[in-house]
Amino acid sequence: MGKQQAFDEILGFGGTLPTRPALTALGEWLESTPDSELRRRQDAAETTFRQLGITFAVYGDSDASERIIPFDIVPRVFLRSEWDRLSDGLVQRVEAINAFLDDIYGDRRILDEGVLPADLVLGNDQFRPEIAGMRPPHGIAAHICGIDLVRTGPDEFFVLEDNARTPSGVSYMLENREAMLRLCPELFRELRVAAVDSYPDLLLETMKSVAPHAAGSSPRCVVLTPGHYNSAYYEHSFLADSMGIELVEGRDLVVDDDVVWMRTIEGLVRVDVIYRRIDDDYLDPLVFRPDSALGVPGLIAAYAAGNVAIINAPGNGIADDKAIYSYMPEIVKFYTGSEAKLPNVETFRCREPGALKYVLDNLPELVVKLVDGSGGYGMLVGPTASSGEIETFRAALIAEPHRYIAQPTLALSTVPTMAAQGLAPRHVDFRPFVLSGAHGVRVVPGGLTRVALKEGSLVVNSSQGGGTKDSFVLMDEGHVATQDQSAGGQTQTMGSMTQAQSADQGTPPATTTRGDAA
Amino acid sequence: MMLLSRTASSLYWLGRYIERADFMARLIEATVRLDVLSSRPAGEAAWSSALTVTETDEDFAKSGAAMTQIEVVRFLTLDTSHPGSVVRCLAMARDNARAVRTALSRDAWTAINRAWLIFENRAGVGGTAATLNMVEAVKNETRGFEGAVQRMLRNQATWFVRLGQAIERADNTARLLDVKYHILLPEGERVGGVVDRDQWTTILQTVSAVTAYRWLYSDGLRASNVIDLLVTRKEMPRSLAASIDEVVDILGDLARHTGSHGEADRMARMRAARAAKTRSGEIMTSGLHQYLLSFIDENAKLHGAIGRQFRFG
Repeated sequence: MGKQQAFDEILGFGGTLPTRPALTALGEWLESTPDSELRRRQDAAETTFRQLGITFAVYGDSDASERIIPFDIVPRVFLRSEWDRLSDGLVQRVEAINAFLDDIYGDRRILDEGVLPADLVLGNDQFRPEIAGMRPPHGIAAHICGIDLVRTGPDEFFVLEDNARTPSGVSYMLENREAMLRLCPELFRELRVAAVDSYPDLLLETMKSVAPHAAGSSPRCVVLTPGHYNSAYYEHSFLADSMGIELVEGRDLVVDDDVVWMRTIEGLVRVDVIYRRIDDDYLDPLVFRPDSALGVPGLIAAYAAGNVAIINAPGNGIADDKAIYSYMPEIVKFYTGSEAKLPNVETFRCREPGALKYVLDNLPELVVKLVDGSGGYGMLVGPTASSGEIETFRAALIAEPHRYIAQPTLALSTVPTMAAQGLAPRHVDFRPFVLSGAHGVRVVPGGLTRVALKEGSLVVNSSQGGGTKDSFVLMDEGHVATQDQSAGGQTQTMGSMTQAQSADQGTPPATTTRGDAA
Repeated sequence: MMLLSRTASSLYWLGRYIERADFMARLIEATVRLDVLSSRPAGEAAWSSALTVTETDEDFAKSGAAMTQIEVVRFLTLDTSHPGSVVRCLAMARDNARAVRTALSRDAWTAINRAWLIFENRAGVGGTAATLNMVEAVKNETRGFEGAVQRMLRNQATWFVRLGQAIERADNTARLLDVKYHILLPEGERVGGVVDRDQWTTILQTVSAVTAYRWLYSDGLRASNVIDLLVTRKEMPRSLAASIDEVVDILGDLARHTGSHGEADRMARMRAARAAKTRSGEIMTSGLHQYLLSFIDENAKLHGAIGRQFRFG
C-alpha cells in the first residue's frame, strides 16, 4: 500500500474525526455507540445469517464447507450527488457492454473499424463461436451486470472489473440492509437512506420484459441453479423466492422441439425466461461441455429458435474478459459516441512488448492478474508480496505474457470497520447491480460493499478473508437530519404494506432509468 | 404456481425426516423414563427395545457398543454411521429443505436449520440431564417447524410436507406398538404387572398420549385400551386411524388442485374404508403383530404409489 494517505469515505482525507461535513450524524452515531454495543449487534447479525443459512462454500477447504461471510456493522455511505454521477456512468457503461455484445455476435463493426484487435476477440477463450449470429430476444444480452468499482476520492471512481456473466452478491445487498434495519434502526432515523428492496421486483420486471414475443402477457420465468451444493445457492434460492418464481435445476427442464419445458407434478409446463446461474460451459452439453450434467440438452437450440430468453445471454464472457477490459474506454466511446464517464484503472496489457517490459521492471509496485482469473486467485499484489512470489510471477509473465494484465496499486478508499482493537480504517470496493431490460437500464441505489478485514490488505474477496458492509445511498446530501423525517424512505422491511410514509421523501434516487422504449 | 416434481419429492421427504427425527427424540425421552423414572429400573431391556422399534438393532450390534443408556443414546442421536440417527435424519431433512428453500417459509427453514445446528460439533451426549436437554431442544425445533408449516400458504408445498409427515407418523406409531410384541416380560413378571404397565406407559409417553388416555378411558391402564387409542381413535393425532384419514385428506386437497386422481388416491381411500370397519378387539384376537406388519407393508406401498403419481421418479 505504500505510504499514500487513503481517502476515508466517512472521515475524509484526514482519517480521523470529525467526519466529512455531510456525515456528521453518522459520526455522532459512531462516537456515541460503544464498541461493545457495535460488536454485540454485529454478532447478532452473523447469528441470523447463520440461522438463515446465508453461507458460502470455500473451494478447496473441506473443513469449513459452510461459512458465513463476515459482516461489518459500520455502513459505507454515498451522498446523493456522488451516487447520481456514479449511476450515470454505470448506465453508460452497461449500454456500451450490451451494444458491444450485440455487435460482436452480429456484424462485428468494431473489429472492421479496427478499434479492437480482431484476434483478441475471435481468438479469446471467452468468445463463443457457437452462438455467433444468434440474437437474444429484444437484443439485450447483459441483463444483469455487476460493475466492480474502487474509489480514491469523493468523486474518483474507477472500474476495476465488469461482470456481465452471472454476477453474484445481490442477496448480501438485501440481507445486509435487513440486518441494519433491525439492529441499528436509530441510524435510519438520522440518515435518509434510499430503499433497495425493490430489486427483486425490478429483476422480475426485467426478465418479463425480455421474454420471447410468443410468450404472451404472462411469461413463465425461472431461476436455474447448479443445485444446493453450489457456493451461491443461498442467493439463487433467495432470488427465486423473492420473485415468487420456480428455482429449477437442469434435470427439471427438458427441451422438446426447441421448446423448454419443466417437469411438474401436473406434467410438463412451458418455460419462457431462464435466469441461469450456471456458467456457459455447463449450460448445454450438446453445444458446450459434453460431460456437463448440470445443464439442459437442447437449451441453446431453443435459444437460437427464439423460444426462450437466457439471462444473461450465453457468450457474455467476451465483454468482461480482463484483456477486453483494457479497451473499455474505446468501446464506450465507439458505441455511445462520448467519453466514458467512469474511467478504468490504468491497465498494462502484458501481450504488448512495451507494456510487458514496464511491468517486469516495476513488479513490486503493481497488481498483476490473470486475464481469465476471478475470486482473487492467480493474482499478485506487488507491494505486499514476498520476493519469492514476485519471482514466480516474473517467470509466469515471461512464459505466457498474453495471459496477464497489470495495474498500478491505487490508494483505495477506506471505511471505519470493527477490528480487534476497535474501529479502524479498512479498504473497500463496491459492486452495484445494473439491470437492462426492454424498457431501459436501471441501477438500484445500493450494492455490495466488500471490505478487506486485514489491516492494509487490498484483497476483498470473500474466499480470501473479506467481509461485507451495508451500502447506504442517501436521498439527500446528508447534513442535518431532523427527527420528523424519521423513517423516510425506509420501506425495506414492510414492502408495500407500509403506511404512506413516503410523503416527505421528495424524488427518491430510486432507480436511474434510461432510454425508455420508444 | 406449478410445483416441480423434484420439489414435491424433497418436500415430502423433508416431512418424513423431520417426523422421524421427532419420533426418535420422543422415543429416547420415553425410554429414559422407562429406564430411570419408573418404579423399577428397566435397564438393558428398555434400550434394546428402543433399538428394535427403530430397526437399528443390527447396526448397533455391529458397532460393538455396550447396551447402556449413554451408548444407545449416542448411537440413536449422534452416530452418523447409520441412517437412523437423529443427526442423520436432520441432515437429510436439511438437505432436502435446502434444495427447496423457495417452497418453504423462512420460519420453516430456520426451524430445520436450528435443529441441525443443535448437533453441529457436538461430541457426546452426556448424562441423563444433558440427554433430556438435547431431546427437548430437538422437540422444540420440530414443534417450531410444525407451527411454521401450519402458517405457510395452504398450497401444494405444504400438502407435500404434511403428506410426508402423515406417512411417516403412521409407520412410526405402528412400529412403536409392534415393539411391545418383541419385549418379553422378565421372568416372574405377569401381564398387567408393574413392568408391563411401565412399558405401555412408555408407549403413551412417546406419542404424547398419557393425558389423552386418561380422558378417554376410565378403567386404568390396559393394553387393549392403548391399542384402541393408537389404532382406531381418529381424535388421537398419532393414531393409525388419524394418519390414515390425514393422508386421504391431503391427497384430496392435491387432487382438487391438480384436477386429477391417481393410484395413490385409490389406495389411500381403500385403506381408510377398511380401517373404518376395524375394531381393536378383532385386532387383539387375530394378532396385533400380524396386523401391524401388514399395515407397515401397505403404508410402504402407498409411499411408492405417491412417488409414481406425482412423478418423483
